Amino acid sequence: MAANDKKSTNNKRAVNYNKWGYIFLIPFFVAFILYNLIPLGMTVYYSFFEKYFDAGTGTWSSVQFVGFSNYIKLFYDGYEFDPRIFKYLLNTIIMWVLGFIPQIVVSLVLAQWFSDNRLKIRGSRFFKTVIYLPNLIMASAFAMLFSALFDKTGPISSLLFDKLHWINAALDFTKSVGLARFLVAFMNFLMWFGNTTILLMAGIMGIDESLYEAAEVDGANSIQRFTRITLPLLKPILIYVVITSLIGGIQMYDVPQILTNGSGDPVTKTTTLIMYLNQILVSKNYGVGGALSVILFLITGGLSLVVYNFMYSKKSKEKS
Amino acid sequence: MNKTSFGLPIKARRIIAYVVLVLISVMCLIWFYLLFVNSSRSNASVSSGVAFLPSNQFGTNIKNVMNDSSVPLLKGLLNSFIVAALNATFSVYFSTMTAYAIHVYDFKGKQAIFTFILMIMMIPTQVTVLGFLKWIDTLRELNKSIVSIFSGMGGFYTVLRSFAKGGNYADYVWLILPGIAAPVTFYYLKQYMESALPLSLVEAARIDGSSEIRTFNEISLPLMRPAIAVQAIFAFVASWNNYFVPSHILIDSPKTVPILLAMLRSADYQNFDMGKIYMSIFIAIFPVIVVYLILSKNIVGGIAVGSVKG
Amino acid sequence: MKKFGKVVATAMSATMLAGMLAGCGGATEAKYEYVPTMSNDGKVLNVYAWNTEFIERFTAYYPGYEAANADDVTAGGKIGDVTVKFTIVPSDDNAYQDNLDQHLAKQADADADDKIDLFLVEADYALKYVDNNNTLAMADLGVDTMGDQYQYTKDVVTDRYGNVKGSSWQGCPGALIYSAEIAEAVLGTSDPAEVQAYVKDWTTFQSTAATVAESGYLMTATANDTYRVFSNNVTSKWVVDGKINVDENIKTWVEMSKAMVDAGQTGTDDLWSPAWSAGFAADGNVFCYFGPAWLIDFCMNAHSEDDADYGTSRADNGDWRVTAGPQGFYWGGTWVCAANGTDNADLVGDIIKTMTTDDDVLAKIIEEKNDFVNDSALIQKYSTDANFGSKILGGQNPLPIFADKLSSVDLSNITGYDQGCNEEFQKAMKGYFDGNYATYDDALKAFYQAVTTKYPAVKAPK
Repeated sequence: MAANDKKSTNNKRAVNYNKWGYIFLIPFFVAFILYNLIPLGMTVYYSFFEKYFDAGTGTWSSVQFVGFSNYIKLFYDGYEFDPRIFKYLLNTIIMWVLGFIPQIVVSLVLAQWFSDNRLKIRGSRFFKTVIYLPNLIMASAFAMLFSALFDKTGPISSLLFDKLHWINAALDFTKSVGLARFLVAFMNFLMWFGNTTILLMAGIMGIDESLYEAAEVDGANSIQRFTRITLPLLKPILIYVVITSLIGGIQMYDVPQILTNGSGDPVTKTTTLIMYLNQILVSKNYGVGGALSVILFLITGGLSLVVYNFMYSKKSKEKS
Repeated sequence: MNKTSFGLPIKARRIIAYVVLVLISVMCLIWFYLLFVNSSRSNASVSSGVAFLPSNQFGTNIKNVMNDSSVPLLKGLLNSFIVAALNATFSVYFSTMTAYAIHVYDFKGKQAIFTFILMIMMIPTQVTVLGFLKWIDTLRELNKSIVSIFSGMGGFYTVLRSFAKGGNYADYVWLILPGIAAPVTFYYLKQYMESALPLSLVEAARIDGSSEIRTFNEISLPLMRPAIAVQAIFAFVASWNNYFVPSHILIDSPKTVPILLAMLRSADYQNFDMGKIYMSIFIAIFPVIVVYLILSKNIVGGIAVGSVKG
Repeated sequence: MKKFGKVVATAMSATMLAGMLAGCGGATEAKYEYVPTMSNDGKVLNVYAWNTEFIERFTAYYPGYEAANADDVTAGGKIGDVTVKFTIVPSDDNAYQDNLDQHLAKQADADADDKIDLFLVEADYALKYVDNNNTLAMADLGVDTMGDQYQYTKDVVTDRYGNVKGSSWQGCPGALIYSAEIAEAVLGTSDPAEVQAYVKDWTTFQSTAATVAESGYLMTATANDTYRVFSNNVTSKWVVDGKINVDENIKTWVEMSKAMVDAGQTGTDDLWSPAWSAGFAADGNVFCYFGPAWLIDFCMNAHSEDDADYGTSRADNGDWRVTAGPQGFYWGGTWVCAANGTDNADLVGDIIKTMTTDDDVLAKIIEEKNDFVNDSALIQKYSTDANFGSKILGGQNPLPIFADKLSSVDLSNITGYDQGCNEEFQKAMKGYFDGNYATYDDALKAFYQAVTTKYPAVKAPK
């Protein structure tokens, strides 16, 4: 339908109007150049220079052009191959997937329930309002409460261990890799599933009610209605959700940073790429920090190409 | 959940739904309750573990929060509100404008531009932060009139200055204006526009003699209200809770709430007071909740209204 | 999420790029010629600090100070017609130093009202400000620090030419703090002198740990409790010729701790974690902690009497006692420095003199604030004062014990890299103690990686 509309505007009179397309794009691009493009350029520029602060003596290194040496330093520690970038990329992906799967499942179910007219959830307004609330607490505050609750001396551990005897040792997320990663994923899930539900709900509400009515007349059950009507029509929003969540996942920083006090404990198994970047920037090693930024940019750039191609081919299939 | 409800009668499905919803609500709300409980406890009590019942140090903690000029929380709330409200406004207004340009008009390079924006959506902000700060530093070196031209908002800058009365609010520009280029917001609004804004409406407005800017402001924007409300909340909350970039920019400027909270959290043993920290957090999330409740009315009620079938 | 003193681990990167914004301001000259500049026409006295410890004492005891707001010490005030302004930046993530560096770099060109007059430093990084033209010699301000101050407190702030360029009102010697109840139950005595026999050196300490563990108690809450005692008594520096060097004493700590953790005599939690402070509770199962006077007063969860939770900690019940322990150490301490270029030189001199050397003021500080003041004669006097017992310590007067090992504190192996090295070493060894790293060498490798990331100028040995 949208395609038809576009064609109809494509007449001679519209040509005059179309210059407004460029005009309306000006603010975006001015801001983009000023606040993203130039900074990106400067980051790349810095990645070819050596410049760091030596906190031990309180002095700056001399600034000099070093070619790709900052990039090499990230993979080679002077004696052997340094696998940290790959380890941290893997950490990031594992924790993102652990959080995203329950997030998308729960959000889809909730969005479906909220918009299901036959289910008639009473107080749905309340529930809709409540699910987004965790996102309003600052990640730092959330992590403080979370770590108190899940601490080895905290109530969850003493309930499962001391009272119910479901586990044979106190929960200790500074010691157990699995538990630490689960907590990071769980916090991310709690903070973001409301956001996703709101987005999906908006999408589902946009689906023509008569489609469901027709399906019901044809005897489709709730599962069929969901998989045959809701899911296909929800695809644009679903793609949006997957992409934004992936972006957020690659940028994962505050939750593991605060939960582990920046250490990535246990034994750096919860350290994410951005936490690594942060460590380098905190130590004021701007050359290597620039190099890591560029590598992260290339990783995300590659990912975006893959995702974009995937979306684009799906879209063109739909149209044809 | 849905699989278990396969083929179940509506009543059973409803019961499952309620049980799940109540559990989820508890999971979402317990944090606010714990915040409240902790803000009524002394530092020594909070340090000794989780409690589920409030204590009697609520007043003391409020007093401690208010009597600390080194961490001016109330002023911080106002600062944060200014940044978050303006950032959200700029972000949704200009993103809608950008989406409108792509959606309504046909021009050369349109598809390329759309692709380009989708690509840059993937760039993590942290990747450019090093260059961003260096760039700001470069701009700061230039004299203030040039800065205001660069930021493109001379008048806005003056307003901030006069508001400041002693505090240096000029650096707030760096937190507010980047919101104009928000690819993620743009993408959502563009997706929504495809179903909510039929081009025939724009055509009709043109026939009535409405200018393009007027059509955008007075016809298209209102139609986009639910989507704009959703994105405004997201932008406001993201900006309100933003710590990473502001902590580097607001070195000599009045601080925003997350920076103040970090200052409290990093106080050493002499001044470290968990009761005071939780009280500050408790006070700090209040404005966001209010803004959210106001805008959420728009979402919860508005989505149905807005979902004009394309 | 607790962030105290030096065990602070990074929560978020407060001002990581501040240094870059300041350009190359923080550079120390390889050689420096001490050139004091000062004047007396200032209208504003700027004091930079990372907490209110000094400010509370200053505003309470400096004669002629009028507070702007009696309930809020940070609001500043006036001395005569000079306005006093406090700038407080927490020390986390170097934020305090970054901010100070930035402003000291601009000191010469700063507006008169913005010039720094006084600032505080800690032992870890004092040399960074003392051994160059950032600070004024005490002698030039008319402050005689020689008096009865403890030698180590002067060593910390002495530059390469022997100028003493700062002064402190306190010393922070540490001791072993144990629970009288547990001592009575396990060792059959709670008398400090008798308990000392059970912890007089590390070998005895370890065999006592076995006894304590048999009765179901932990010797210490975590292996990190003893770390500071070992790291204060090293015989080599953390960085030698630009390469990381692990001292023998630190290796001894690893061996002892691994054995104690494996035997269930101690834990592996971080200091300040809830598991660590669980031992502060009235029914806690931790025999002892290591720390200075401030740990007892501020950190052991003493509740005020109007608090609903009063009585739930050992501190409330006066159950702690202090004894010297295996080795002497210190923890914390704050030094006051005068910024070169101050425009309130006479006032600054008088403040430092009054706050750190005046017997009457120091007497008030020890009586009202319970600090271990930096005045051996006063400490001597109060050591024998029967009225000077601590409630938390069940009436015991801890001063003689704290003073006992102070002379053994040796600062000759301090380097600017210590804070990061100590932090990262404990983190890596936790992985080894917990079994997440299979061997000591694996943990060591992780430690090297972390240190070279933190300090780009330092290389790993091989």
